[in-house]
Amino acid sequence: MKQIRAIKERTARYVMLGLAIFALVLLVVIGISLLIKALPIIREKGMITLLTSSDWRPLKNEFGFLPFILSTLYVSLIAIAIALPLSLLASVYLNTYASGKVRKMFQPFIDVLSGIPSVIYGVWGTLAIVPLIANHIAPHFIEFSSGYSMLAGGVVLAVMILPLLISILVEVFQSIPREMTDASLQLGATKWQTVKQVLLRKSFPGIMAAVVLSVSRAFGETIAVLMVCGNITQMPSGLFDACYPLPALIANNYGEMMSMPSYESALMLAAFLLFIIVLVFNALSRLTLVQIERRYHL
Amino acid sequence: MRTANFPLEITQELLFSKALHEGVINRQTQNYSLQTDKLNVFIDNQHILKDIDLRIPEKSITCIIGPSGCGKSTLLKTFNRMHDETPEVKVTGRVVVDGLNIYDSKTNVIDTRKKMGLLAQRPCPLPMSIYDNVAFGPKIHGLRKRKSLNQMVIQYLQYVGLWEEVKGRIRTPASRLSIGQQQRLCLARGLAVEPHFILGDEATSALDPISTKKIEELFLKLKEKYTVVLVTHTLRQARRIADYVVFMYMGKVIEAGTTEQFFNHPTKQLTKEYLSGSFS
Ligand SMILES: Nc1ncnc2c1ncn2[C@@H]1O[C@H](COP(=O)(O)OP(=O)(O)O)[C@@H](O)[C@H]1O
Ligand SMILES: [Mg+2]
Repeated sequence: MKQIRAIKERTARYVMLGLAIFALVLLVVIGISLLIKALPIIREKGMITLLTSSDWRPLKNEFGFLPFILSTLYVSLIAIAIALPLSLLASVYLNTYASGKVRKMFQPFIDVLSGIPSVIYGVWGTLAIVPLIANHIAPHFIEFSSGYSMLAGGVVLAVMILPLLISILVEVFQSIPREMTDASLQLGATKWQTVKQVLLRKSFPGIMAAVVLSVSRAFGETIAVLMVCGNITQMPSGLFDACYPLPALIANNYGEMMSMPSYESALMLAAFLLFIIVLVFNALSRLTLVQIERRYHL
Repeated sequence: MRTANFPLEITQELLFSKALHEGVINRQTQNYSLQTDKLNVFIDNQHILKDIDLRIPEKSITCIIGPSGCGKSTLLKTFNRMHDETPEVKVTGRVVVDGLNIYDSKTNVIDTRKKMGLLAQRPCPLPMSIYDNVAFGPKIHGLRKRKSLNQMVIQYLQYVGLWEEVKGRIRTPASRLSIGQQQRLCLARGLAVEPHFILGDEATSALDPISTKKIEELFLKLKEKYTVVLVTHTLRQARRIADYVVFMYMGKVIEAGTTEQFFNHPTKQLTKEYLSGSFS
């Protein structure tokens, strides 16, 4: 009996180890196969030029990726800048102030929101956000904007990642022991003081993890962003400018442009860059997290 | 100054007089720092505390004992209004602290909590340094001056006997201290708010014997300045440090008296059975 149990135990362990390794290998394989496909263009132009040039004229064999990289970063940045404060307030409210009833009532809404296909967010963006920006917001700042802009992309993305952020944050807050916030209240702290100085502080690593997850999602989101960003190849310089993130570039041109070998290679490079951006972002945030935990005694 | 030459004999007589437990209330509130009148607590419509009439004598240690689930923690939480944080709990009756009913709509919760320093069952340091844990209370109550804060932190860490042990690392996370040290830190943190009362809910049950002894010694020192109310999980602890003992059973106060009286001459059958260990 004992032996059988030991064997089962060991088998389970190896199977799980195997699956973990498989996930890792998959990651490496994806990276390498993208890189191989992208190699011709890298060889031809050199990585530095490809990354720093803003000239994108495929017909003249010029491939500068900077506008796309910046568009991706900016749009995601705008999205998290909008979504993080809102989701923090919402989840702090749900965790600390709302009654159990309200909390239960909200849960299904959040689940449904995160289950809506992104194309619907895109349609909503074109019907609501784009005109809103074109007619009511942009005119306060500039002469003319079509509304198809970085801001529209950021707003639509923010709305998309909001339910994800809220549900992760609520869970992060729930994992903080009740005794800890109670200790603060017992010392005479108000709820808000307790939220600021104990809850958010203790949850900081969790909040960071939630941000990383949702920003990674924002980096890769394609269809909704593609529908509202304008997709014009230019260096994005203002909130109301059209922009062209990497996923939109790939989706718009994949298939169609494959007849040009250098274009195909360039699109593969675009995919590879997106892949690297997500990886580097994850790694960097993990490193800063360790630093922050060390510095703030969490 | 009334408190200084307060006749202790009378306290005992009032606190534990038969009349009191049969519901006759002597209304000399100002003589008592902490008392409850017809205190009832309902949780989810379950009647948890039933007509608690207690007077806790000042500057002494009162231990609350009774079997698990009899409502000791629930009673303690009525003293600092922590039940406010759980919507399903309903409290009726009065808890009079320094002559003020803390359940009066005019009484400020924060003021009440500032008067009560609570030591929980497991020490729970806040997610910050040792220094910031002690400075937390004074800071949220508006103290900003570096110098005064430093002074307070040192003073209270010294008071709980932690200063010598941690003075080289007060900027390191409090969570790195041993459990026993953490509990003393929590005490220092509570004292830094300058409460009038010290409440303890089985505050030594998670600690090793040496740490327990240190905390008990602190309680004995604290009663010179504060009124101490402790829920104790062992009868031996009550015997060691209590001046007064309150025995609860199924949400009611069965018997209360001085430690000597309670352990040597219990009057109620239930108390005798509990003391003899027939149930626990
Ligand atoms: N939040 C709560 N919800 C439901 N019942 C509770 C809650 N807190 C306490 N009780 C009940 O109140 C009674 C007294 O609990 P407690 O005061 O913790 O007992 P003690 O501290 O004496 O062990 C128990 O029967 C317990 O089940
Ligand atoms: Mg208890």
